[in-house]
Amino acid sequence: MAVTSPGQVDLREPPSWRRTKNRIATVLMVIAFVLVIIPLGFVLYTVVSKGVGIISKTFLTSGIPVIVAPPDVGGMGPAIAGTLVITGMATLLAVPLGVLGAVYLNEYGGKSPLARFIGFMADVMTGVPSIIMGLFIFSIWVVHFGLSGYSGLAGSFALGCLMLPIVIRSTQEMLKLVPDSLREGAYALGATKSRVSVTVVLPAAIGGIVSGALLAVARAAGETAPLLFTIGTVTIGGSPNWNVFKGTNTSLPSQIFANASSPYPGAQARGWGAALTLIVIAFILMIAARLVTARFSRYSHY
Amino acid sequence: MEQPEDTVTNVRLPEPTVREEQVAPAPTGSPVFDTKSVSIYYGAFKAVTDVSLSIYEREITAFIGSSGSGKTTVLRAFNRMNDLVPGARVEGEMSYRGSPLYGKDVSPIAVRRRIGMVFQKPNPFPKSIYDNVAYGPRINGERNKGKLNEIVEHSLRRAALWDEVKNRLNTSGLALSGGQAQRLCIARTIAVEPDVVLMDEPASALDPIATGAIEDLMQELKSQYTIVVVTHNMQQATRVSDRTAVFSVLVNEESDTRTGVLVEYGTTGQIFEDPHDSRTQAYVTGRIG
Amino acid sequence: MTSVTQAGPAIPAGSARPLSERRPLGDRGFQVLALACGLLVLVILVLIAVTTTQQSASWFSAEGLKIFTSNWDQATNQFGALSFIYGTAITAIIALVMAVPVSVAIALLLTEVVPYRWSRPIVYVIDLLAVVPSVVWGLWGILVFAPWIQHIYASIGSGVNGIPVLGNLFGPPTSGPSFFTCGIILAFMITPIVTSLSREVIATVPAIDKEGAYALGATRLEMIRGTVWPHSQGGVVGAVLLGLGRAMGETIAAALVIGSSPTITSHLFAPGYNMPAVIANQFGEASGEFRAALMGIGVLLFVFTIIINVVARGIVERNARRKRGA
Repeated sequence: MAVTSPGQVDLREPPSWRRTKNRIATVLMVIAFVLVIIPLGFVLYTVVSKGVGIISKTFLTSGIPVIVAPPDVGGMGPAIAGTLVITGMATLLAVPLGVLGAVYLNEYGGKSPLARFIGFMADVMTGVPSIIMGLFIFSIWVVHFGLSGYSGLAGSFALGCLMLPIVIRSTQEMLKLVPDSLREGAYALGATKSRVSVTVVLPAAIGGIVSGALLAVARAAGETAPLLFTIGTVTIGGSPNWNVFKGTNTSLPSQIFANASSPYPGAQARGWGAALTLIVIAFILMIAARLVTARFSRYSHY
Repeated sequence: MEQPEDTVTNVRLPEPTVREEQVAPAPTGSPVFDTKSVSIYYGAFKAVTDVSLSIYEREITAFIGSSGSGKTTVLRAFNRMNDLVPGARVEGEMSYRGSPLYGKDVSPIAVRRRIGMVFQKPNPFPKSIYDNVAYGPRINGERNKGKLNEIVEHSLRRAALWDEVKNRLNTSGLALSGGQAQRLCIARTIAVEPDVVLMDEPASALDPIATGAIEDLMQELKSQYTIVVVTHNMQQATRVSDRTAVFSVLVNEESDTRTGVLVEYGTTGQIFEDPHDSRTQAYVTGRIG
Repeated sequence: MTSVTQAGPAIPAGSARPLSERRPLGDRGFQVLALACGLLVLVILVLIAVTTTQQSASWFSAEGLKIFTSNWDQATNQFGALSFIYGTAITAIIALVMAVPVSVAIALLLTEVVPYRWSRPIVYVIDLLAVVPSVVWGLWGILVFAPWIQHIYASIGSGVNGIPVLGNLFGPPTSGPSFFTCGIILAFMITPIVTSLSREVIATVPAIDKEGAYALGATRLEMIRGTVWPHSQGGVVGAVLLGLGRAMGETIAAALVIGSSPTITSHLFAPGYNMPAVIANQFGEASGEFRAALMGIGVLLFVFTIIINVVARGIVERNARRKRGA
């Protein structure tokens, strides 16, 4: 800082080289963000523009045509049905088990070594590639039952394995936020620990739990790899298989995968349509999760 | 949360006024709690030492004393809430109506169904007002809708909250003001028809008007329940209690620990007008905080 | 206030029960149930390891250490997995090189530069990025991105052809679906997780330290280099490792854009293959030795990602503990 005449203080900016470096750094950070927006925007734009043309009521309900069929023939009905029942079943499996597991971790296990270990391994498990879940269920289920093992249920197991650690951890975070004063109030009335957990703690955290579960569902709905070797394939022209327990099935991601590597424009167009449908489903779930959080956190604490 | 200690040495606070009937020496009923040489530990830390007193039926007993003197610790020992703290243990004899509270087969759940507690900061459940009050009876097995309605109304009336909430029983308990929420918690506690109601500074988080309402309520409830209240407010002790126990802090310089100790226990009249122990006198005249 | 002195309605009060009472069966049962659900995590992990190893045992015993060769030939029943391991490593490295600076920069942007009000939309964008399913990235990658970038590769390729190092890296053969394309797509996909974890780590830097730097007249960049970076280095390493694990395991996008050609080459613009991709593409029709080999690659992938995640989470956990302790 230069000193001018005595009595005057120099409050000008630091020397320009430091300032410039600072500015460059800030610009680089903004560029980084832009670098991320561009591909995201591009993907969304492409999916919407290429998919919107093919989406129609027919598309959403018709059976899957042969791969060479032109764009305006057939649709993704069975895939949508498959996604709904397989993901739905996976949710029914993973969410109750995950919530109970989180109740153990937060209410019973606390800081015990076992609880900490389980929590740690749950985090590790979220990093296991989803295809491994598919291979796992294949080994343990399909191999045992032979051809009849291919079913929506097998796919649900695989997706459930994927969702379980996510639900456990997000639920545990929500349970941690419930203030102890609520638990004390219930204990003081002579409630047992299980009652306190189920009738006071869980309801207090329900908003966060549901929203976390919705995000896990959104993730599961978009997964392809776990389903590759577990649900088999739906034969061409097949009707939707709403029975998750019997018979092979398909899903939106599976169809997109199959169509993506196809050279036929019809198949590719149907792939875009399916992609748009899938993204819309994921967005709806994401928005629902945010709404639930906003709505329920108002009354979850005093 | 306890208030910071204030050491006042010069200012002479106005003497708490004592009512005529508080000077009477004889207990009105049989002892509900009997405590003989009780010490309470959290792990290796001795929180309270050598407490011996009796709580009598249908009386209001106040625990007063400076921060860290163990009043709340002893209170919570009465309904085994200290069990929730890992490493907490009680030495000495503590009995409830003749049965040892910390006996081998004693179930804390059963204890808490008879001995209720109201906390310092109101803690209504995130449920409707109705469900808050009905919670206790429901976990006791009461399923009959008509009965529950009766219990809820009766409890809310006894807690002096009925008129204010009777038209909105289904709204959330969290939407009540501080004073109302505390009365809701009291209603919730008496809905299970306990024998004893413990109160841990029930009015300290409330404004003076709400505090007055709670104190009036305590007087009403005395006719049916035995009440033990921890309070920082000496005026409150003189206003409502029949008996007062004064606690203080024993500072051990070498180990740098502070342990609570019971200094004096007697009728409220005697404690405030004719304290025997010098520490009691110092506390009630405001010389120590 | 009305004074209610008559007794209230009689209820089956808890006071009717004896003080000594065994713990209700339902309460104990619930605890067991909850514990079982928690243990499920460990059970599943162990079962995965056991069953997949069982299914691939024949491959491991037949090939022994030869699983680390690049001899992948269905006809002669030889299955050396080196080319896939190489592909996994290369694409993950490319993805990290691109994603980490960007992610850390965005994390710094969010924590140090942008006022809170504006951070919400930025976080939204990152969340959106995370919500796009892998298969959609793959679809876009193979049908739109790869054909477009093919031309860029070709020009760069012909440009550097013959130059010593650059030519080996970026020279021909070039192809849209390639190691590099896969790396780029993976970079997009791992950015959200590296960003959000870096943010958490950077947020644990004590405000006092930052203020101290500013109080000395530091610019923001200088403050970051002086206080934020030293504090959060370790944690960011954890975040990067998690990104690595993610990049290694991303299957479907890789399967579509990597080129499906098991080769070990330094030419990044050439088509290649990696572990999850070959499983996804070939397992469906595989049988016998082939299937065992693919399953075995799955086992290797499982082991690698478990190790990386354990190390990464350990680092992140240690960083978090330091914050709580300090």
